[in-house]
Amino acid sequence: MQNSEKRSTQESGNLREVAIIGIGETRIGELWDQSLRELGINAGLSAIKDAGVKGEEIEKIYIGNMSAGRLINQEHIAPMIADYAGLDDIPAVRIESGGASGGMALTEGYLSVASGLHDVVVVGGAEKMTDVGDEEAKKILSSTADWEWESVFGATFDSLYAMMARYHMFTHGTTKEQLAAVSVKNHAHGALNPNAQFQREVPLKIVMGSPIVSDPLTMFDCAPLSDGAAAVVLCPVDMADSFNKDPVAILGTGMGADHMAVHDRRELDAMKATRSAGDKALSMAGLKPEDMDFAEVHDNYTISEIMAIEDLGFFPKGDGGPATERGDTSLHNKIPINTSGGLKAKGQPVGAVGINQAVEAVLQLRGEAGDRQVEDAEYGLIHNIGGTGASAVVHVLGRWR
Amino acid sequence: MKTNKKVGIKGYAGYVPRYRITPKEIGEVWGKDGERMGKGLNIISKSIPSPDEDVISISIQAAKWAVMRSEILGEDIGAIYVGSESHPYAVKPTATIVAAAVGATPYLTAADYEFACKAGTAAIQTCMGLVASGMINNGMAIGADTSQGAPGDALEYSASAGGAAFIIGSDDLLAEINYTTSFTTDTPDFWRREGKKYPSHGGRFTGQPAYFKHIAGCTQVLFEETGAEPDDFDYAVFHQPNGKFPIKIAKKLGFTMEQIGPGLLVPRIGNTYSGAVPLGLAATLDVAEPGDRIMVTAYGSGAGSDSFDITVTDGILDKRENGVPSIEQVISDEVFISYAKYAKFREKIDTGEW
Amino acid sequence: MMTIPRFWREIRQRYKGVGVECGNCERVYFPPREVCPHCRRESIGKMKERELSGKGRLVTFTEIHEPMPDFKMMVPYIMAIVEMDEDVRMTGQLVDIDYDEVEQGMEVDVTIRRLGEESPSGIIYYGYKFVPVR
Repeated sequence: MQNSEKRSTQESGNLREVAIIGIGETRIGELWDQSLRELGINAGLSAIKDAGVKGEEIEKIYIGNMSAGRLINQEHIAPMIADYAGLDDIPAVRIESGGASGGMALTEGYLSVASGLHDVVVVGGAEKMTDVGDEEAKKILSSTADWEWESVFGATFDSLYAMMARYHMFTHGTTKEQLAAVSVKNHAHGALNPNAQFQREVPLKIVMGSPIVSDPLTMFDCAPLSDGAAAVVLCPVDMADSFNKDPVAILGTGMGADHMAVHDRRELDAMKATRSAGDKALSMAGLKPEDMDFAEVHDNYTISEIMAIEDLGFFPKGDGGPATERGDTSLHNKIPINTSGGLKAKGQPVGAVGINQAVEAVLQLRGEAGDRQVEDAEYGLIHNIGGTGASAVVHVLGRWR
Repeated sequence: MKTNKKVGIKGYAGYVPRYRITPKEIGEVWGKDGERMGKGLNIISKSIPSPDEDVISISIQAAKWAVMRSEILGEDIGAIYVGSESHPYAVKPTATIVAAAVGATPYLTAADYEFACKAGTAAIQTCMGLVASGMINNGMAIGADTSQGAPGDALEYSASAGGAAFIIGSDDLLAEINYTTSFTTDTPDFWRREGKKYPSHGGRFTGQPAYFKHIAGCTQVLFEETGAEPDDFDYAVFHQPNGKFPIKIAKKLGFTMEQIGPGLLVPRIGNTYSGAVPLGLAATLDVAEPGDRIMVTAYGSGAGSDSFDITVTDGILDKRENGVPSIEQVISDEVFISYAKYAKFREKIDTGEW
Repeated sequence: MMTIPRFWREIRQRYKGVGVECGNCERVYFPPREVCPHCRRESIGKMKERELSGKGRLVTFTEIHEPMPDFKMMVPYIMAIVEMDEDVRMTGQLVDIDYDEVEQGMEVDVTIRRLGEESPSGIIYYGYKFVPVR
């Protein structure tokens, strides 16, 4: 069956089908020798080259970025990156939604093409986190939670996820070993990804024995703070044939929302925003969780992945931990999660994460994922969280032919 | 000094941080026999505030409980005076923060007091005057400190943290203040210069010409003017810079160990400075019965004493519980810590950022 | 660095736990909201002040070893989400207790402590923390 026939007309209305025709990303890590503008340009140019589009064909640039203003003292970064990419006459705008900035930028890019407003659009994501100290970077990341009613009282970003982890443990019996299993699995996947920040396996014993950051989360339960950028090129599927690569279609997109502060949410073992974003994206695509061949989920903490694979419908609530421990989410198993290594091993350049996820999904769907290729991958889902879950965005991608 | 109108205590409460250190632990750091020093000073342990506690937080906790016990509303308080020698701000009142926390703002008068260890009792006298003159209906007087002795100094073995708050009014009293006297001279036995972290003192000069002379003088005046004698009192509370001085002065003035026992907290919590007599009085009120009479004399270096003749009323029976912990309940929650942790808590460790 | 008013304007919330109650459904919110998320337009102009009792129970908690800069000297310290008697939840530190004594559901009471400071010469911030009910 053609994917175009699967689409729910009610959800998609009169939107045009949109394809990703080019991808590019930098290595992720502590990239001391590269500035934000260099990272952005490198990712953007490699995506443009991959697609084979010409500069003059690009009508708009969207860039997901969490906090350049505080991380490098530079606001208004989108025109800056466009300028240095030699695209100074192309309108560029920054999209901010905490950790979901990249995914939200992808949605904006999708809408601008799907609506018919633009034909060729570049969507990037970039974050430079090592130009400030670790403590400052963590403080800035914490500001995506509710600063006045959480952070001021001493709550770190880690601690808010740690409290969700503890609640999940209370409620479902999730164990520290199961949390650690997420980290072990994502490091194993990351070891197969040449762009990952950490390309080595980490045994369970090391994860379990690593220093406590915020109980029950240890250092290996937390994603690093990274430098990196990624970009994709979008166009209507009808035009995709005129470019280099096989198109990958954005079959569904959905955003979800929740209260800003964790304490205002009644469910602390689930993310309503994820559930609602996932439901919308899958329904728009006319697909079910079990149709997915893989997923990239927002594992900024190990508990986030456990909640995400439950909230996205891959496993029943409470089974995320046991499923991970069983190996169900490992490469070649039931539903490979974070084949890229995820935020944990591939790295966490916060505003770029959503685009890094799209890049991985496209690689998998094109069959270009190398050692970590999911066999015959037809559909994949990508999931991006903002803050502690006040926003989330999910996209469902599929091979177009 | 007698007021024209009946005045007394409508509510009270005390707060002492839970952390403790022993003189032995301190002595080990400085090569001293701390255990022996502790015995000499009659101090078993002293209280230490945690890093998030200071005179403002201690005052607020005591003030909130005192309001609960008094059964008045925050907005009924017409004056707040906080006596301390360790106000967190050199300029900016502790009293306004306490007032906001108990809901007394904006229609009240407020100020911070400093008179070494008797700033709290000076605050009580001020409230008595304001209430007796009819200027206010209820005033709150607080004595609290988070005092520090310089590392290695003799004061380090005793200087501690705690405070108590009293609601002074003329009706619905739990104790009536019958009479008060003061005795004030210029005696520089102990001081701290502006901008200095730790106080200085005159060593043994803090004893005879300072503590003993002023407490005896002030108490004698009260005896003379009221015609009272030590036997007329059920309890007595004296300033307690260590566990030795109050016992010595009590004996000298003709009081017994039984009379001063309930209010003698220094062996367990150390010298809480402006909090010492207020906490001692609070602990005594916790055990007193209607009709009991309490003799109180505070001492502040620099120097002066305030004495009070107090009679407990029937009101104590209704107000004793009211959801407020007794001083005994507060101070029995003890956690002993090492000198290293104490140094961290009191910012004696230089993190390079402070 | 934030200016003084950012803290100052919230003193009643931080010292006294002043929230709001929806005049339509009687749900309590803290911090105050202009609009009840449940009643939305029905609640406009009907949100009235409500001071919380300060008593509640632990919903979840953690012990922080990697702190926010203001809380370096408190490390390790405990953070908790507390369900107040008024059926509204707050995030705050739990103090005066060892971590191994902390249990889900345990009763806590509010206290006012130092939260931080602008700088060593700047304004000191005070606000609510929680202590166990003993």
